[in-house]
Amino acid sequence: MRKVAIVGVGHTKFGKRSDASLRELAFEAVKGAIEDAQLSLNEVEASIVGIASDELAGQLLPAAPVADYVGMNPKPNIRVEAACATGGAALQTGWMAVASGLYDVVLVCGVEKMTEVSTARAIEIMGMGGDVQWEFKPFGTTFPGYYAMYADAHMRMYGTTERQLALVSVKNHRNATKNPYAHFPKEISVEDVLKSKPIAYPLKLYDCCPISDGAAAVLLASGERAKRITDTPVYIVGLGCASDSMAVFDRPDFTSIRSAVIASKQAYKMAKIKVGDIDLAEVHDCFSIAEIMAYEDLGFCEKGKGGKFIEEGQSEIGGKIPANVDGGLLAKGHPLGATGVSQAVEITKQLRGEGGSRQVTGAEVAISHNVGGTGHFVYVHVYRR
Amino acid sequence: MNEGSPFQTKVAWFFEELKNKKLVGTRCKNCKAVYCPPRADCSKCYSSDMERFQLSGKGVVLAYTVVYVPPESFSHLAPYTPIIAKLDEGPKLLSHLVGVKPDDAKVGMRVEAVFEPTPNGPIYYKFKPLKRN
Repeated sequence: MRKVAIVGVGHTKFGKRSDASLRELAFEAVKGAIEDAQLSLNEVEASIVGIASDELAGQLLPAAPVADYVGMNPKPNIRVEAACATGGAALQTGWMAVASGLYDVVLVCGVEKMTEVSTARAIEIMGMGGDVQWEFKPFGTTFPGYYAMYADAHMRMYGTTERQLALVSVKNHRNATKNPYAHFPKEISVEDVLKSKPIAYPLKLYDCCPISDGAAAVLLASGERAKRITDTPVYIVGLGCASDSMAVFDRPDFTSIRSAVIASKQAYKMAKIKVGDIDLAEVHDCFSIAEIMAYEDLGFCEKGKGGKFIEEGQSEIGGKIPANVDGGLLAKGHPLGATGVSQAVEITKQLRGEGGSRQVTGAEVAISHNVGGTGHFVYVHVYRR
Repeated sequence: MNEGSPFQTKVAWFFEELKNKKLVGTRCKNCKAVYCPPRADCSKCYSSDMERFQLSGKGVVLAYTVVYVPPESFSHLAPYTPIIAKLDEGPKLLSHLVGVKPDDAKVGMRVEAVFEPTPNGPIYYKFKPLKRN
């Protein structure tokens, strides 16, 4: 297989983007990536478009208006879907398309428009990401509800506290103040989190990511081609992917996303890295507990020590492995299809040394961890400059 | 064939049994894997030679939450208490804990199945605390 590098990145402001349509958001991100790579659109051979929900888009084949509006017709267009890991799945698909030799330059764009429906409707649509036969339709399960069960189980098993959960949100909101693209770039306190509205016991409003609109795009090129396009290619050197049971009740326990454990081991092995080599990580903090489990599932700390890891500041810039220096899903926002690509955008900037006030000094190796559903799909990527 | 079942399936009989207050799973005759909710096919050994068996409906709460912010279709029901129960025969189910206040759920609590309609109509299993005799 050929080497694959990211040669251009683009990102919209995340938030309630009532000023723009789905396709216009995608255009903002793609234009950014094309300009960043200083490429002509003619040189891009195919597009991979990640959009999680037709229901949110109010459109079947929502990748078609995106490919049209970003000027990619009549080139190949593949739509990818893996719930909240749609972006990671799109990135992995793009990697395969280039590594295989099929294309030299491919566009990967992730986009979602989530705020055109009411919050109750959005929760309904996302709830359908739970097993509709045995969980969602009869019992009204929600994603905060599923992760709440994990949170309660983790607290019970390992003594993790609501305060430790809150610290994840506090860190990510602080990091978001340094990211102009973040949905909620404002500092919050532990008390703010603990006093926020209950969503699903023990999770409260600030333990949960917001409902956001936004897009992100990367241009992938073969190793040979990448060298001619840019002096700062960022190589994707390891990939991992794993899946898990549709019904959450079929899992053996509720303290770990086991598909993340498997996917990360695959990715580290392929990249020939150890956890100690990782300079920063973008992890899937859809809920505060999800980031704590990520520390453990990805091997940053021992099982059960995730609460301590955040408490000791190990995931802060300057800590053992800075996580979500861009604000993460909790504060940057989580437009479903965009998130996995947004993670790659942030890592590319960091490995190029373009992280500005949130730069992790000297970063060379980074990982992204994108979880769909409650681990139904997990995509882990390892990047090296 | 699928009348009374909330979705089209080869195990529509499961919902008929629920109306009779019976929780019935399937067991693979080939590899003995058990399924409840029932599966018409064994995902482990690929046999479709399955037999039915009745479960006691008794089990223990493994995990729970209280949903305060519900989806549209459950807006009139919040707060409610989804639980994951492990049945004594092994399989696990997600359902609601009923018959107690939402906050009264406890991990480790013994529960037994009751059979009640869900918001979109069909009868499903739910759980209530098992009274000690």
